[in-house]
Amino acid sequence: MESFILWIMAILLAPFFSGVILKVKAFFGGKKGPPVLINYYTLIKLFQKGSVYSTSTTVVFKLGPVVSLCAAVIALMFLPIAGRQPLLSFNGDVIFVLYLLGLGRFFTIAAAMDTASPFEGMGAAREAYFPIICEATMFMILVLFVKLTGSLSLSAYFAGSSPMEIWHAAGPQMVFVIIALFIVLLTENARVPVDDPATHLELTMIHEVMVLDHSGPDFALIELGAFYKLFFYATMVAGLVFPFDLGSPIAGFGLFWLSLLIIYKVVGVTESVMARYRMDLVPKFILTSFALAFFAAIITLEFIQ
Amino acid sequence: MKTGFLQIRHSRPVDRNRIPDLSFDEFRKQAMEIVKNKGKVVHFFAYEENKAIRLMAVLRTDHLLHVAGCKAPESYPSMSRECEPFHMFEREIAEQYGIRPEGHPWLRMVRYHPNCQDRPDVFGNDYTKDIPGNYDYYSVQGEEIHEVAVGPVHAGVIEPGHFRFNCIGERVLNLEIQLGYQHRGVENLLQTADPKRLPILAENIAGDTTIGHALCMAQAMEAIAGMETDQGAGIIRTIALELERLANHTGDLGALSGDVAFLPPANYCGRMRGDFLNLSLLICGNRFGKGLVRPGGVRFSIDGEMNKNLINRLGELKNQMINVIDLLLISTPSVRSRFEDCGKVGKTDAEYLGLVGPAGRASGIPYDVRRVFPTEQYGKLNIPEHAEHTGDVYARAKIRADEVIQSIDIILSLLTGPIASKEVPAAVPALQPSAFAVSLNEAWRGEVSHCLLTDADGRILRYKVKDPSFHNWNGLSMALRNTGISDFPLNNKSFNLSYCGFDL
Repeated sequence: MESFILWIMAILLAPFFSGVILKVKAFFGGKKGPPVLINYYTLIKLFQKGSVYSTSTTVVFKLGPVVSLCAAVIALMFLPIAGRQPLLSFNGDVIFVLYLLGLGRFFTIAAAMDTASPFEGMGAAREAYFPIICEATMFMILVLFVKLTGSLSLSAYFAGSSPMEIWHAAGPQMVFVIIALFIVLLTENARVPVDDPATHLELTMIHEVMVLDHSGPDFALIELGAFYKLFFYATMVAGLVFPFDLGSPIAGFGLFWLSLLIIYKVVGVTESVMARYRMDLVPKFILTSFALAFFAAIITLEFIQ
Repeated sequence: MKTGFLQIRHSRPVDRNRIPDLSFDEFRKQAMEIVKNKGKVVHFFAYEENKAIRLMAVLRTDHLLHVAGCKAPESYPSMSRECEPFHMFEREIAEQYGIRPEGHPWLRMVRYHPNCQDRPDVFGNDYTKDIPGNYDYYSVQGEEIHEVAVGPVHAGVIEPGHFRFNCIGERVLNLEIQLGYQHRGVENLLQTADPKRLPILAENIAGDTTIGHALCMAQAMEAIAGMETDQGAGIIRTIALELERLANHTGDLGALSGDVAFLPPANYCGRMRGDFLNLSLLICGNRFGKGLVRPGGVRFSIDGEMNKNLINRLGELKNQMINVIDLLLISTPSVRSRFEDCGKVGKTDAEYLGLVGPAGRASGIPYDVRRVFPTEQYGKLNIPEHAEHTGDVYARAKIRADEVIQSIDIILSLLTGPIASKEVPAAVPALQPSAFAVSLNEAWRGEVSHCLLTDADGRILRYKVKDPSFHNWNGLSMALRNTGISDFPLNNKSFNLSYCGFDL
């Protein structure tokens, strides 16, 4: 029951947290910024609209938003929120969840290719390329975690006192892992310095350009999916940065939502203090995350027996 | 250097009977001689007089202008092969008068309209059909080549233009720019409209260069009508032109920052652009300076209180600009890594294409009309020679940033007290018959120039407008060669050329 309530809360609150990023960026830009609930207003607006479909598209195009949203929602079911047991869990669910998100991406790419627009094709090519490196990073981190916990399940890494135990076992390496995971978060969620979610320039976009042809409720589903995906990664980072198990559930919840807020704010600050990288430098940036994760794994395998 | 071309001064009346009337072969030979000795093209156009079509060229060398005319042949050997800056002018003449430049390297329509002579169309277009008609794009063949077409309708609120990229992966091999979507027939209108409307039409050739074009028209009219302006008018015109430069450069620096997703300077510059526009509003009641410059002078004076107000506001803005420029161009490494080495146009290429204005100065061509052909107060201001040498986006941004600070200093040095100017006469100035004048000004994009020819009755025979964008669009194509396609918006903004100034 508790897990179910937390999952519902995640579903309901994810758009709010994404609004926080906008607020932080507005603060750095010397602006008031949109209201913090802006994403809810946008979603309501989009759901009230109709969708426009190009005559050149097929059912794949309509499938894209649905599948990517479902993938993200199901991924959240496997995620230990606030250090509690997730709704679903089995040994090996990490790999299942990673490829579930991969499935969502596959359908987004397929929908983009379905429009036959040169812009979307370009975006799809970029979207297909960069996550390959992210996947390498994620598996390196996984190797490390399996070594430390002996389990292939998200709940074994992020629920209860396990984050603290991981820290005790491999504290210094955790710093690398957190940075690597944060880079993956920025890449997977199309944030600066990898992608710019705010630009109107199709030629520079990665993720945004793939969803240009989606409108109304379809676009709302895509937006929702993006919020959940960001929530998924942010929760993992938060769990590692604040591994404390405070005992009392109330204090635990408080700490969790606060830490999540901090992670989102850090994303906002990152976006505000730097420009995005040139497209050909992005793979190098993502490779940095792999190098860090690889290094952390090597150290662990070598010294912790 | 002795040539068959007549040496003239800018913004001075010239009796058209004194302009050499050469044979075409002689005209071409002399023109080529001038451009080979570092001459550049200011104007090259055709006009009709007494049922005959004639060509006229205005060229510039260091501090000198040269003009000559000739009778237009049915077709002629293209000059673009020997001097690239003729390229666009030859296409324009072919479109407007149906005269074919033989052997032109890229003979395509410029703006998509029939010629005014009922001659057979050079491009074989059927103008009853919609734009873009019969246009054969440059194409690249190969397995991995893909073409991206952008525009004419864009995602942002910008003017229409079509960009065709030939890419291999993320790398651009060639960019072709096809414009003409905003052709309004400005030159034709200027020749036929009620003379009272002329200054208003000039102000609307390109909205962001209102003062630049209005000033060129005023100076050309004043030259031919023999009108003198007082010193106060000269100072206010100079201030207005610099304010226009400030607003546009500031806005573009902000947009450059926004294009690399670095928001703080984008927001600050957006606000400050508004502040600079509001200074124009303070002077003349219009943020773009519309209604300020008229042949004979200016319509508004600056009184003591406004003078103090302007000095205060500019002083504040100067400090803020220095901080923002530091944040954008110096202290943020991630921005520098985006700007540096992006979209390079070397000096050789820039000279070859004949780039003008900040785009030229970023590639090492120090030409600045304010220094070389000073008008109004510029002769007294000692404008320094300024150029960057890398020719990349960083250089273009740096030139603009330097000019922002320079322009603020120029305005502050001119605001010494109340500036009074006598009222502009309401009557339409009477133009001398058979006269010619060419006026040049350094607007924020570079050399704006207007050419005015009157007929034997003192009516306007030909009014030729040239916006700096006419020279610079090919520079943007050059910058994109071998650059990532995702850097196109950044390069485009660093040039920020005018569509309507080109389309006329």
